[in-house]
Amino acid sequence: MEHAILAEGLRKRYGDNMALDGFDLRVSPGTVCGLLGPNGAGKTTAVRILATLLRFDAGRAEVAGYDVAGQADRVRHRIGLVGQHPAVDEALSGRENLVIFGRLFHLGRAGARRRATELLDRFGLADAADRPVRTYSGGMRRRLDLAAGMILAPSVLFLDEPTTALDPRGRNEVWEAVRDLVRGGTTVLLTTQYLDEADQLADRVCVLDAGRVIAEGTPDALKSRLGGDRIELVVRDAVDLAAAASRLRAVARSEPAVDPDRRAVSAQVGERAGALTEVLRALDADGVGVADVALRRPTLDEVFLQLTATSSAARTGVEVTA
Amino acid sequence: MTATVNPARRASLAGDGLTLTGRALAHWRREPGPLIGSLGFDILMVLMFAYLFGGALQVPGGGSYREFLMPGMFAMTMVFGISMTTMAVAADLDRGVTDRLRSMPVSRLAPLLGRAVADLMFAVVTLAVMLLVGLAVGWRARGDLGDTLTAFGLILLLRFALVWVGVFLGLTVKGQSAVTAVQTLEFPLGFLSSAFVAPSTMPAWLGAVAEWNPLSATVGATRELFGNPGWGGDSWVAAHHPLLAVLWPLGLIAVFLPLSLRRYRALSR
Repeated sequence: MEHAILAEGLRKRYGDNMALDGFDLRVSPGTVCGLLGPNGAGKTTAVRILATLLRFDAGRAEVAGYDVAGQADRVRHRIGLVGQHPAVDEALSGRENLVIFGRLFHLGRAGARRRATELLDRFGLADAADRPVRTYSGGMRRRLDLAAGMILAPSVLFLDEPTTALDPRGRNEVWEAVRDLVRGGTTVLLTTQYLDEADQLADRVCVLDAGRVIAEGTPDALKSRLGGDRIELVVRDAVDLAAAASRLRAVARSEPAVDPDRRAVSAQVGERAGALTEVLRALDADGVGVADVALRRPTLDEVFLQLTATSSAARTGVEVTA
Repeated sequence: MTATVNPARRASLAGDGLTLTGRALAHWRREPGPLIGSLGFDILMVLMFAYLFGGALQVPGGGSYREFLMPGMFAMTMVFGISMTTMAVAADLDRGVTDRLRSMPVSRLAPLLGRAVADLMFAVVTLAVMLLVGLAVGWRARGDLGDTLTAFGLILLLRFALVWVGVFLGLTVKGQSAVTAVQTLEFPLGFLSSAFVAPSTMPAWLGAVAEWNPLSATVGATRELFGNPGWGGDSWVAAHHPLLAVLWPLGLIAVFLPLSLRRYRALSR
């Protein structure tokens, strides 16, 4: 099986609105693919189609080697779905929840119990196994939800915004659990609003806008595509800002941005170490006092805003100079 | 990951349905509050009508108002079940449980079947409690055992029909306020019938609506089967209560069961 998830030219229309408009995706087995995009870009529609919940109008999709439309039942034996809200019963204990799902996966009474115990151990819920889920923290609830999605040890797991409304600690717990699953060989398709989440977990990122993939690559490649790293200088004395900006301009790829309040000036550079040495040497020769220097990569947020702005401008026919 | 987890059985409507009925029962066992509240409310209604309003209410053909009341209350509690079904179906949909089940190799219609069986089981519990309350306030079933069992059978048939009304509404309405609206509408639906007062005491047009209410058919038929006083209407409807007590629920099932299935399938659209 070459691709754990394969989508080609998927289209899905709701009335006048094209939720997916030629969506293509290829995910290699055992990797994490992050699906990013603004609200309404089609992320959830794509996941729902691939998880056999939604029919589509055109195109082709395969999950775990089976056709999503024609072999839905085979697909359902090989996937797990973790949606935006924990789909577990608050009134029941973690164990009861997992046993019920295990029985619905037809493991039989004893098989379901055994599997529930295994998963509770694996997701660090053994101590809380027999408490009602209502008493769980947000992170524990999500881990239980992940466990419920893992009952048949699926080869493909869909995570639709798995850390929405979690505190940072809960988020870390979920991330750790997902990393652990991937180490075990599970393929994960993750949608998220949090770009740092994709940065943390995803091997590859697909940026979705208006129902199609507008950019794709490793998080690092996407960031360099935006023009590489930025140098930020903070000068001791505000009068030196103009001098610093002009020295930075000489090595930069973009017009330096000046922030007088912070006495800071920043710009994108190509070769970061060389540019940094050069600008610092020049400023030293000029006698400009530098209070702070930062060399940083663009955040995924910057990549994302840039890409979606370009894409929507292209749609409306506006020229964009990046 | 090694595929060490192998299903022992295949998906079946009955097997999966029963597992999901078990889920509803487990839920009730762990959180009996709403059920106790619902039974408490039913008992309160009986006490209110038997002792508070009952003194002022006359049964047109003569006879005890409490004997007249109880068949109405039995059927009324079945109407109160609608919002319970609606709430459960809407909650599963809202919380993503329905989506998860649909992404699993579970028999497609098992979630609806599981719900229907669980709600019927609670209807049996409700009727058992109401039977005891009825006996306590002086109601008696005066027919033979066969008639009495037939009467309870008709009441449960009405509940089974209303399950599908509830499922349809649960798949249709959006949000908690809509569920509250369903709950509120149960009252006019229940009161605009022969359950508590004789339609002959209402304005003519309203009385006609009340007579044709499906609830009135079940209430009228069970009053006859229990040997309790009826209101003695002489219309065609009043003369055919037993027939209508079967036809009405079957008609509701014939409409709302396919509508519910259609709604459920439309979730993939």
